[in-house]
Amino acid sequence: MRYLPLTHAEREEMKRAIGIADVRELFTCIPGGSCFPPLDRLPRALSEPELTAAFREFGRRNAFAGHLSFLGAGATAHFIPEVVSYLSAKGEFVTPYTPYQPEVSQGSLQAIFEYQTMMAMLTGLDVANASLYDGATAAAEAALLSVRRSGRPRVLLAGALHPEYAAVVRTYVQNLPIELDVVAVDAGSGRVDAADLEAKLDERVAAVLFQSPNFLGVVEDGGTIAAAAHGRKAYAVQVVAEAMSLAYLRSPGEAGVDMAVGEAQSFGLPLGFGGPYLGFMAVREEFLRQMPGRLVGQTQDLDGKRGYVLTLSTREQHIKREKATSNICSNEAWCALRAGMYLAAMGRDGLARAARACHLNAAYFAAGASRLKGVRVVYARNFYNEVLIETRQGSAAELAAALKGKGILAGVPLSWFDPAQKNRLLLAFSELHDRAAIDRLLAAMGERA
Amino acid sequence: MNRLPKLIFELSREGKVGVGLNEADVPAGPAVDEGLLRGPVADFPQVSEVEVVRHYMALAALNYSVDKGFYPLGSCTMKYNPKVNEKLAAADELQAHPYTPHDLVQGNLEIMARLEDWLKELTGMAGFTLAPAAGAHGEFTGMLMVRRCLQEKGDARKVVLIPDSAHGTNPASAHFAGYEVREIASSARGTIGAAELRPHLTPDVAALMMTNPNTLGIFESDIVAVAEALHANGSLLYMDGANLNALLGAVRPGDLGVDVMHINLHKTFATPHGGGGPGSGPVGVAARLLPYLPVPRVRRAGDRCEVVYDDPRSIGRVKNFYGQFLVMVRALAYLMALGREHVGRVAEDAVLNANYVRKKLEGLLDLPYPAPTLHEAVFSDAGLPVKTLDIAKRLLDYGFHPFTIYFPLIVHGAMMIEPTESESKETLDDFIAVMEAILREAKEDPERLRQAPTSTPVRRLDETLAARKPVLRWRKGEGR
Repeated sequence: MRYLPLTHAEREEMKRAIGIADVRELFTCIPGGSCFPPLDRLPRALSEPELTAAFREFGRRNAFAGHLSFLGAGATAHFIPEVVSYLSAKGEFVTPYTPYQPEVSQGSLQAIFEYQTMMAMLTGLDVANASLYDGATAAAEAALLSVRRSGRPRVLLAGALHPEYAAVVRTYVQNLPIELDVVAVDAGSGRVDAADLEAKLDERVAAVLFQSPNFLGVVEDGGTIAAAAHGRKAYAVQVVAEAMSLAYLRSPGEAGVDMAVGEAQSFGLPLGFGGPYLGFMAVREEFLRQMPGRLVGQTQDLDGKRGYVLTLSTREQHIKREKATSNICSNEAWCALRAGMYLAAMGRDGLARAARACHLNAAYFAAGASRLKGVRVVYARNFYNEVLIETRQGSAAELAAALKGKGILAGVPLSWFDPAQKNRLLLAFSELHDRAAIDRLLAAMGERA
Repeated sequence: MNRLPKLIFELSREGKVGVGLNEADVPAGPAVDEGLLRGPVADFPQVSEVEVVRHYMALAALNYSVDKGFYPLGSCTMKYNPKVNEKLAAADELQAHPYTPHDLVQGNLEIMARLEDWLKELTGMAGFTLAPAAGAHGEFTGMLMVRRCLQEKGDARKVVLIPDSAHGTNPASAHFAGYEVREIASSARGTIGAAELRPHLTPDVAALMMTNPNTLGIFESDIVAVAEALHANGSLLYMDGANLNALLGAVRPGDLGVDVMHINLHKTFATPHGGGGPGSGPVGVAARLLPYLPVPRVRRAGDRCEVVYDDPRSIGRVKNFYGQFLVMVRALAYLMALGREHVGRVAEDAVLNANYVRKKLEGLLDLPYPAPTLHEAVFSDAGLPVKTLDIAKRLLDYGFHPFTIYFPLIVHGAMMIEPTESESKETLDDFIAVMEAILREAKEDPERLRQAPTSTPVRRLDETLAARKPVLRWRKGEGR
């Protein structure tokens, strides 16, 4: 077998060295009767050409290729420079373990230090960690961090937080002494309802978690939310499900929020049917020693040469065990390294250009859609790259199905998450779209509606 | 003089670009209030494409990796990562958006269903969730299911028992699932038998989390009796499957009374570690825990697959979308390449390799737990003139990645060696010869080991300085 290098003769020689006649003697520590069960129900081994063919067949059973897609809601197709795919695929980056031996891991460590720096710059906050699993679990970790740091038991979730993120937060806290409450969405603006937020903020609230741009596509006014939270000595946590927005919109730090967490799939990761993606967390300095996840720090070697190590590990499970800030161990290191490559290649101006194009394309669609009879643009201003529309006749799911018949994946019907939201469809735009593609979408929508 | 690469920020020069992108070709103007916008990101890198390539090539050269050589990091199962799997996972036909309608992604759903079939068959568990992102995430998911199962019976209970040899994620995961952790001391043999368990088995015990084979490489041979004792007490048995590589095709944990277990696709199933992730930590359960599996779940319906999103008895959602799909692709490809003919060979060769290394080193190093071991062996630095750290650092000079050091915690100065099945006899003999040479040096010239490594891109790094004065990002003007 190509992955198993021992020859029959070598196995014999090794068995002699150990003093056994049969390898299975090494397994006699396992209770009798349960060892080496028959495996004949499993399929036979495939050669490399057969394996490739089998996966081509899986690919053939997928039928999404060739569709014009406006799917977003937490994952968006963006342009990935070829250098990112080329460099990130190198075995030196793909096949090491966690850099526990820093002398032979400076490549990974420096790359993550650079990634941490770029995420801190983009979020306008002091420190970013080396990664968390994804946007949803990052939101959950932020809730736990807020409670830990403040000693208060209650966390407010904005109503327009991605429903899957809210679900994961609920799962994470379900057995802990933490209460969750939801802040209403102001129907007119699509933003956090300021009066409801004010009413729910009390001295038991650790933090308010709000997403911006939110799940309805609307950019929140983080400054106002942060001020309200700080007025009650609670923290403001901004959740960012579309990291590209960080290069176009006022940064969380500048708006005055305390933590930014979210999903950075947009920074060079393929859609991959939902993963692996890249959870990020950036915080003000005061949270540093309570923060979950790995951190790379700069130091020097015996000769005084600059170098990097994993640091502040007394926060982590391998030292603190049940008292650790999180149970996370393996993270999304390679995804973070790849995001660093993406950000380096895009650079300050390339990233700004892509981020602006996402918004301009969305704005062009919104303007066009507002002229269609059959749909209504729900929030005509202060969206970033996602636009929420409402069908006037028929459901959003029916509209999406009709457009699918024309080769267009028009968006995500909100009824998938909340059956009451029958008429709403969320569409996402990126720099990969152009005027012709959006015109085609508008025309198809016009014909249908 | 080996110079280290500059930081990407230090290469940056105003006006450089690394990518060719069009401006948007749409006429409409922006629709965001001025006050909500930002300007250019201050100090963000501006480098040309070729500089990006050279920068990362220079960084790559500083890394040790499985592709480069032997990586006997105990409990981490650093086996070879087949190259074809990388190509298969990168295929355009699989890169669907996670919200693509199910009729257009039947191939991807089939990949998930197929992987579940394999895992069920190999472990004897009744069902799996593929959602957890890593081993620790799987532990947490598993403990949530334990809790939900007990809750439905009327009492979630308070305590989770964890052996002192366990990985730190176990107590942390149990804690976040709402449990108090009670540590159990391993026996002199290094295991947990019914005798060690009994005094702790009070009515408030929800579960025992047992790593098997444990972190000493020893199979918990009392596991069946332990499971029976737990079940008689109304408690559950959680098995940490981090070391499943030793058992693959050899024994099915489901046949031993295990109620819940997680496995690591990035260990046992050959998906690359990526410098620390992404992983994937599927969780298998016995039949009575099936209702609590997280959502979403992929389910076969005739020759098609569908997805279940809602289930009132489920613990809920643990992750966005479906999980680490492209990791699942690699794991399935690995299993399909092995097939029924070779999957059992994995454990046999892994255990043979580990026992060969153990045999050759046991005269030279202290072996604190002499019980038979499977996939790894744990030695200590007892009686040596140098410390475990010194030996590990000296191995770097000889071109090997060291073993896991100072873990498990119950062995003072632990050296935990897991060769995996990927290594040839030549590599093992070479490693053994190097270890012999290092141990000779330790007696003749211990200072040389304390100064090691001397041939790596940097020498020993000051970790105390890093923690005392944390520098976690570059800032303009702060220099080096």
